[in-house]
Amino acid sequence: MTKTHLLAALPDIASGVVAAHAAQVDRDARFPVEGIDALKAAGMMGAAIPSDAGGLGCSLEELGKMCAVLARNCASTAMIVAMHHIQVASLVNHAISQPEVRDYLLRVAGERRLIASGTSEVGPSGDMRQSVCFLESMGQDFTVTKKCTTVSYGQMADDILFQARRTGEASAGDQVAILATRGSYVLDPLGGWDTLGMRGTCSPGGVLKARIAPWQVLDASFATVAAQTQVPWSHILWSCCWLGSATDAVEKASTVVRAKARARPGQVPHAALDLSRLTGKLLLMRSVIQALTREYEMIMTSADHADLESLGFALRDNNLKLNTSELAVEIVSDALRIVGISAYKNDSEVSLGRHLRDVYSAPLMISNQRIHSTNASMLLVHKTV
Amino acid sequence: MSANVDDTTLAIRNVLREHARLGDAVATLEEDASLYDAGMTSHASVDVMLALESEFDLEFPDRMLRREVFESVAAIRDAVLELQEA
Repeated sequence: MTKTHLLAALPDIASGVVAAHAAQVDRDARFPVEGIDALKAAGMMGAAIPSDAGGLGCSLEELGKMCAVLARNCASTAMIVAMHHIQVASLVNHAISQPEVRDYLLRVAGERRLIASGTSEVGPSGDMRQSVCFLESMGQDFTVTKKCTTVSYGQMADDILFQARRTGEASAGDQVAILATRGSYVLDPLGGWDTLGMRGTCSPGGVLKARIAPWQVLDASFATVAAQTQVPWSHILWSCCWLGSATDAVEKASTVVRAKARARPGQVPHAALDLSRLTGKLLLMRSVIQALTREYEMIMTSADHADLESLGFALRDNNLKLNTSELAVEIVSDALRIVGISAYKNDSEVSLGRHLRDVYSAPLMISNQRIHSTNASMLLVHKTV
Repeated sequence: MSANVDDTTLAIRNVLREHARLGDAVATLEEDASLYDAGMTSHASVDVMLALESEFDLEFPDRMLRREVFESVAAIRDAVLELQEA
């Protein structure tokens, strides 16, 4: 399997097996197992791992484009893939020099392991940079118990990457990134996952109890992993998923407008004007994603990754998430208005109900309110506008 | 010069005591110890930046607004002295 194979196979997987089960996955709020299995077989689990470490070596931009194509057919499948890549990238960017992690990454690609994220925690702050749980020594190893508010596809994952305080005495912000591997942890679900949208991600809360060997505690601090990889990768890949949903909505609107035009040649249908505005918004969305992806990749290829920990980058990165999450809701709502009643019907070819329910999650996953308040605080000291 | 360094260090520690939300820990913290590991949140770090700008009557340029510049008492002192010399 090579990157070329994966990139070539992806459109057919997306419009084939992923699309075929999307409605049922949504209705039953079940894991999109058929699509994920097909993606695993095509090498997707190792897509973000460099080729000299056993993966396919896809760039962030390539991964983002694949997420967008998947999301045009099933937003849940796309989000699961995006979340997996974020975990893989955290290991690749910050721990690949640790021999055991390098071996583990080989197994991720070879055994098609799916990694979930356990970053959320029940607690007073709701801020992933503040932990309640902590590592406790147990002989050579550690144990940890973490009460997570949401663990997407946690029950279907092989391994879970999460963070905890370094010790019981450490401050809330003194965190390490930890990899729990299958067989050495249990995840007891907390509550269900009967949601408005993103139903296939199967993301109830869970109590994670894990035994951790020393190599599974990454050398890099979680602060660095979060700032340099998890936050920017999340914002970029989530945005790509939302872009996919929005793109499909615009495509459906465009099909309907073209059909109207064909019925009465010589007259520009009124809806065509709305479509023109809508296309502009979609282009804007695509451009802001592209700009930040390029900036990120440029900093990552430069010598000093610490630029990623500047307030300027954090502001731009947060703004990406704010803008795309709001644009996605706007675009799908506008498309619904353009298409009209047939988009409102769940059983029509141009139904947009699932798209709308899915994108409504965008402003909520890491609430925009919280991000705005972080930005507001940073703008008190940041000077360049 | 050394008197200025001492005064600056003292003033920085005062600002941290007031705004870093680290409790009593800040008084005993080594100069090179990580303030973030000691518990300073990114939110508190902004308050520290604002208070430092007010205390020393200066403005940190954007290039200095990064984590490592506010990582420790020593790092903050380097930044303040650099701006005062400029």
